Amino acid sequence: MMQQAPALTIAILLLTAFWVPIFGMVKRESAYYISLTAMFFSFLAACATLYAVVTTGPIHYRMGGWPPPWGIEFVIDYLNAGVLVLISLISLLTTVSAKKSVEREIHRSKWPLFWSLYLLLVMSLMGMTETGDMFNMYVYLEVSSLTAYGLIAMGEKGALMASFNYVILGSVGASFYLLGVGYLYIATGSLNMADLSKILPSIYRSKVIFTAFAFFIVGIGLKMGLFPLHMWLPDAYTHAPSAISTLIAPTMTKVSAYVFFRIILTVFNPHFSWEVIPAATLLRWIAAVGIIYGSIMAIAQKDIKRMLAYSSISQIGYIVLGIALANRMGLIGGALHIFSHAFAKGSLFMVVMAVIYKTGIRNIDDFKGLNRKMPFTMAAFCLAAFSMVGVPPTAGFFSKWYLVLGTVAGKYWWLTAVILASSLLNAVYFFRIIEKIYFSSFVDLVTGGSGGHEHHELPAVAVAEAPLMMLVPILLMAAGILAVGLFNTQIIHHLLQFIVPKGLA
Amino acid sequence: MDFIVSKFNYWIYIIMMMIGFYAMIAKRNLVKKIIGMNIFQTAIILFYVSIGAKKGATIPILEAAHHAKIPPESIEVAKYINPLPHVLMLTAIVVGVSVTGVALALIILIYRRYHTVEEDEILRQLS
Repeated sequence: MMQQAPALTIAILLLTAFWVPIFGMVKRESAYYISLTAMFFSFLAACATLYAVVTTGPIHYRMGGWPPPWGIEFVIDYLNAGVLVLISLISLLTTVSAKKSVEREIHRSKWPLFWSLYLLLVMSLMGMTETGDMFNMYVYLEVSSLTAYGLIAMGEKGALMASFNYVILGSVGASFYLLGVGYLYIATGSLNMADLSKILPSIYRSKVIFTAFAFFIVGIGLKMGLFPLHMWLPDAYTHAPSAISTLIAPTMTKVSAYVFFRIILTVFNPHFSWEVIPAATLLRWIAAVGIIYGSIMAIAQKDIKRMLAYSSISQIGYIVLGIALANRMGLIGGALHIFSHAFAKGSLFMVVMAVIYKTGIRNIDDFKGLNRKMPFTMAAFCLAAFSMVGVPPTAGFFSKWYLVLGTVAGKYWWLTAVILASSLLNAVYFFRIIEKIYFSSFVDLVTGGSGGHEHHELPAVAVAEAPLMMLVPILLMAAGILAVGLFNTQIIHHLLQFIVPKGLA
Repeated sequence: MDFIVSKFNYWIYIIMMMIGFYAMIAKRNLVKKIIGMNIFQTAIILFYVSIGAKKGATIPILEAAHHAKIPPESIEVAKYINPLPHVLMLTAIVVGVSVTGVALALIILIYRRYHTVEEDEILRQLS
């Protein structure tokens, strides 16, 4: 069983996704429980994979026993074993917490199809993480996009146009990626990543390789919502059903960011990406502008989901900045930021889902005094907000710390200033909400009674927490933020230090 | 001139891709955007199919009987076209059809809700 774990992570979800609509025809409620069970077993398989990688080293899993340059293989090394467990843990917790929200927001007749698409989306994200084949990656990329189009379109008013714009831009991104694969295939005759990285260095001066590289950067950049290719992202996150925002915000862009790492560091080697063509300089500028742009746009938003979406664009900027710094600390910071941002953004969206479920509030101004109604949820919100700002000992502090060390090591003082300025802007838009939650009294929306005029006569507000099925995942995610922060040296020691190429200071 | 004629398939692919790309970005009608997307994807399929082709080569099936032992070095690679890009395109065609299907389904839902497929009109109704 242990040897088959990499394939099982995918196979369990894929087979269940097929059976869910069939069982769902008999009994609609069964769809959720079957999906949850499948997610749980897939998570166990991912953990087994991580354990095997940490104890015995990278795994090469050959599909059907065909040797690599011809057959498709899954390659799981230290970086993607970590990302794999991250993705499956967050999507498992999201599945647990999403039940009630989905039951309210999605029509009953669509439940089985909803969960089937949900499983396929998680499956494809895990496939993107594991695969060692360029074309196989394209197929997983398209499966994840296709399922996301469908799931986003199930949302509220405006979701249809958000989904349609995503179809157009997502297809351009995937097609560019496919063209990049084609150009590499012309030049090398191979589709296997490890094989490509052996063949490519001898032809690094070829124009075909330059073009392929440009296609990859633009294609993956579109998928991960890298500024200025982010146009689809705010609408998609805002209008999707809450459960889907919660699933795609922490996982989808992070997996694309991982693919970015993989293409720049493994398929092309760092010598090419950073020295033969000046990609690092360009990416540093793009990342810096994206970080500031996302933060400023987030401040301007009134809708909490849209604000978090713009904040995601800014955080993607951090991850790309880590790659573009092209030194040891920068790379580690960028990779650690994948983990810290996934946990922080996941718990923020989960909190928003619980708030929308319990009160229907989406406007930031209505968050007044919510701590007295939902104390635990709001505590988790605070912790996640601290992580986004970078307050120790949360995860966000450490990943930003490594990024700052990277900018110092590379003597990019203006980037140090950008990171600090952006942290300040993050503080502005999160503390604005925290101030509302804790320091202004609760306005009961139902009765319209206002308690906001004087602080000394607060009306009694009954505690009405989110249901336990939402609260427990939220608290676990909050614990995850602290865990990534406190155990950051262990994560780096066991997983992330191996991504740094040999001979890099 | 020779530069253009000898590689005419690649020129056609680039021109088609740009036509499709223009339609996806510039057209305001949703159905025209989807047609542009299809042209774009077809251009990529043309590109892949033409990289597998060789002058004077035939389909990649060995002429000898099924069980005959043929030493690998006796097979002339130049006589057969490369089947791999074509096989990849089977998958890409399936993906393209699914994307078109999803997009058309979205357009139907959009039309039912807004009674138009003009982007400007929909955005006006949304705001």
